[in-house]
Amino acid sequence: MEINGDKLVDQKIKAKKDVVIIGGGVNGLVAAAYLAKAGRKVILLEKKGRLGGIAVTEEFFPGYKFSSLADGAGYLSPTVASDLKLSQHGLEIVPVDPIVYSLQPDGRNLMISGDVSATSKEISKFSEADAKAYPRFLDLLGKLSTLAESMLYLTPPDLPEFGFKDGIDLLPLLKPVWKVGRKDIMQVVRILPMPVSDILNEWFESDEVKGAISASALINNSFGPQEAGSGYNFLYNWAGSNNGHFRSSGNVLGGMGALSNALANAAKSLGVEIKLNTFVEKIVFDNYVASGVETNNGDHYSAKTIVSSANMNTTFINLLDPYYLDQMFIKHLKNIKYRGTTARIHFVLRELPSFRGVNGNAHKLLSGHIQISPTMTYLQKAYDPIKYGRYSANPYLDIFIPTISDPSMSSDESHLMSVTVKFMPYHLREGDWKSLRDDLAKLVINKIGEYAPGFEKLIKHQKVITPLDLEQDYDLPEGNYVHGEMSLAQFMWMRPIPGHAQYRSPVKNLYLCGAATHPGGGITGINGKNAAREILKD
Amino acid sequence: MKETPFHPRTSELLDSYDWNEWSGWLAANSYELDHSHEYLAIRTSCGVFDTSPLYKYIIHGPDALKLMNRVVTQDVSKYGVGKSMYTPWCDDNGKIIDDGIVARVDEQFFRMTAAEPTLFWLEDNATNLNVTIEDITEAYGIMAMQGPYSRDILNRLTKTDAQGLNYFGLMDIKIAGIPITLSRTGYTGDLGYELWVKADKAVALWDAVFEAGEDYRIRPFGDYALDIARIEAGLLLIDADFHSSKKVMYEHEKTTPLELGLGWTVKLKKDYFVGQKALIEDKKNGLKWKTIGLEIDLKSLEAIYAKYNMPLYLPYQSWTEAVPVYSHGKQIGKATSGTWSPMLKKYIAIARIKPKYASIGNQVEMEVTINAERHNARAKVVKTPFFNPSRKTN
Ligand SMILES: Cc1cc2nc3c(=O)[nH]c(=O)nc-3n(C[C@H](O)[C@H](O)[C@H](O)COP(=O)(O)OP(=O)(O)OC[C@H]3O[C@@H](n4cnc5c(N)ncnc54)[C@H](O)[C@@H]3O)c2cc1C
Repeated sequence: MEINGDKLVDQKIKAKKDVVIIGGGVNGLVAAAYLAKAGRKVILLEKKGRLGGIAVTEEFFPGYKFSSLADGAGYLSPTVASDLKLSQHGLEIVPVDPIVYSLQPDGRNLMISGDVSATSKEISKFSEADAKAYPRFLDLLGKLSTLAESMLYLTPPDLPEFGFKDGIDLLPLLKPVWKVGRKDIMQVVRILPMPVSDILNEWFESDEVKGAISASALINNSFGPQEAGSGYNFLYNWAGSNNGHFRSSGNVLGGMGALSNALANAAKSLGVEIKLNTFVEKIVFDNYVASGVETNNGDHYSAKTIVSSANMNTTFINLLDPYYLDQMFIKHLKNIKYRGTTARIHFVLRELPSFRGVNGNAHKLLSGHIQISPTMTYLQKAYDPIKYGRYSANPYLDIFIPTISDPSMSSDESHLMSVTVKFMPYHLREGDWKSLRDDLAKLVINKIGEYAPGFEKLIKHQKVITPLDLEQDYDLPEGNYVHGEMSLAQFMWMRPIPGHAQYRSPVKNLYLCGAATHPGGGITGINGKNAAREILKD
Repeated sequence: MKETPFHPRTSELLDSYDWNEWSGWLAANSYELDHSHEYLAIRTSCGVFDTSPLYKYIIHGPDALKLMNRVVTQDVSKYGVGKSMYTPWCDDNGKIIDDGIVARVDEQFFRMTAAEPTLFWLEDNATNLNVTIEDITEAYGIMAMQGPYSRDILNRLTKTDAQGLNYFGLMDIKIAGIPITLSRTGYTGDLGYELWVKADKAVALWDAVFEAGEDYRIRPFGDYALDIARIEAGLLLIDADFHSSKKVMYEHEKTTPLELGLGWTVKLKKDYFVGQKALIEDKKNGLKWKTIGLEIDLKSLEAIYAKYNMPLYLPYQSWTEAVPVYSHGKQIGKATSGTWSPMLKKYIAIARIKPKYASIGNQVEMEVTINAERHNARAKVVKTPFFNPSRKTN
């Protein structure tokens, strides 16, 4: 103890701040920046030796850098990017086109690009009718997705206690609703709960075309195209997309970690103090009021406002003592569905693989998202086994080769390839991910080999990230992508927990800003922005 | 329906065939066609009640005390090994869910009874706690020996072991070689004991107890007699005097232990329990209801019946359907259960009314319907328990 004026000050108290942010992922950084911008004294504590959380570049092998987890940068909110002047802070996103390059076993691959008439022509390889329908499909769903887009920036209403304030919060919807028109609003209401298969079946006949388009609805989640909630995810991704299409496209130069660095630079320039290797072990609270945090270094930071970007389990079961929380809240907390179904594999390749059907034009065709989702039926079948706790023998693969648009990721001529593998359930009925690592790699290599003969011979290094690794190394409960499944039962006013969807927690002064909150997952920064807005209101 | 471990004996004795369903178990309403002998056994000799259908749990492990203290409103840390307590438990809003007895069998070992299934509630509350919770409902039978001679009968069986057992105390003993946990508890407001026995030894225990009690005219009793006794004792009954907040649809159907007169079991100052915050608020803001005893004025009741040329009618059996309570014609609450008390020779009821009318001696009216016509009988607010013999605690 030391005497400071006439007050006793505990030496352990490191600092008094306005705001402590727990976690330096995208959303923690964005919230920190907005709060600092509004004049708050902000400190951000990150347990790892690096920032970014899920949005990270890692050098798995010397000389080869990967976006370990997320690699699609096209969902970043343009508002956040301009508010925080991210391009001035070093963010460079290069557009990638094609948006989707969907491989077919026979090499009759389908390229979906930003050029609508070119895409229609591609589609006509499979169906003339679908080719005609495609522009109209883009028009109508594109219009609906603008409405969905404005929903992303809302604070969800507090149901069932809907009050005047909630009405005000919904006002920003008026304009987009007006623009979309009454008839089309009914379309939104109708299609939101639909499976993406039902939506697409109303527009297209070719299973191949539907396979190429529907895959984006599945990538964040544990459902197949025929499951409810896939339609909502389809629209969600469309709403957040940077190119007016159903799937965003964009590659950050330097990998996803560069986006986090730009965010960190922006935050620092606004006065945010950032501390790495600082594990918050405890949120100090008494009688439902939080007053600070304690870290692994034994430091105590007291603050008027504590904002957690960590997942809900970490925040409420590990950092707070749930003994002192309401039972109903804990019940809801435990009811959050995670059920991760994703694995990642990274390869260092001697050269670009030769995919069937890619004749001479590889640098163009393979620069965007390459999908192994030959038909919508294939996708549904890829999903089916997880219902029984088995992993997919014929998985949906989402492949990205960053070195085409950003050669700096590799220190030599080698190409890098990152693959998102679905459906690989965290909860396995038999076996465990520790022992299935090699099987998983073999399965993916063989599958790619079906489309790119000789693929296996190109591999110099490989790094497998199983759903269990996602949980253990990246703090994602049950390996879930987005701090809680993006299902119909976990969106808007039900995200993360019914009655707590307004970025406030049951503990006063403790706020939430991570992907567990509305609008959900993705490198959007919107969760952080919305949370900061609510914090500044209080 | 399930049969309790004592079923081979209770079914033999049930001359009335009057079973009811209690949490899925067969339970006796009254063994004879009329329950009066059974009631009198409780108050003058010793009656035996099969309490086995109660839900029973054991909670043990390093954090067992912590869990109990989070769940119930009593301060469990104040009770040492060999002690038990009556306690309600609440939801987050301080609304009562259920009540039961928590017994501290060992430092880190508790036993709990509940009227409703409670396993999930206990498990849900045990987040991050190092504790094991087991449902032992079917593994044990409970036999309640209630009445002024219950101790004498026990003494015959245990050679004075039970003599020193205090009110709400707990001990392990053997009866006829059968291991029993004996507690000085019950639901009659009389001197009484409850005997926990492993299901497969239940019949042997029953036989030993009835043999030892023969000289005292020991007899089994059913729900009808029990309900009269518990109302006399001022003890509340779930689904009658209150409803579980987990089972009702509307806020107005819920109530708190403070409103139920159970404030003495609610330790607002302890570290934490579910509902604490809300109850502190409630107390600060003043309670909306108070639970009191009513004594119905027989002259006034007689006068009402006289209008119909009827003699005074008294509820020979207890009732548990709520009726309105008035003050000067304005409704101020409801009586939730009532009975004629054969011991006291009074018509008594338990009621929940607005606090401003709840002072002892205050005159109110209780609704009585005759031929579906409403009348108000005079009643006065009295203390509970209505009947409280010193032998209960001595
Ligand atoms: C494999 C994968 C691929 C994805 N692909 C894409 C994609 O291509 N495009 C896209 O837009 N989205 C993608 N997503 C989703 C997106 O990446 C996430 O929704 C988003 O990055 C979440 O950011 P966040 O800040 O909310 O959470 P996180 O990034 O999880 O940040 C939480 C931070 O808190 C820190 N932390 C946790 N506990 C503590 C503590 N006790 N003390 C201090 N710090 C703590 C963590 O270390 C972490 O840095 C993907 C996700 C995954 C898992």
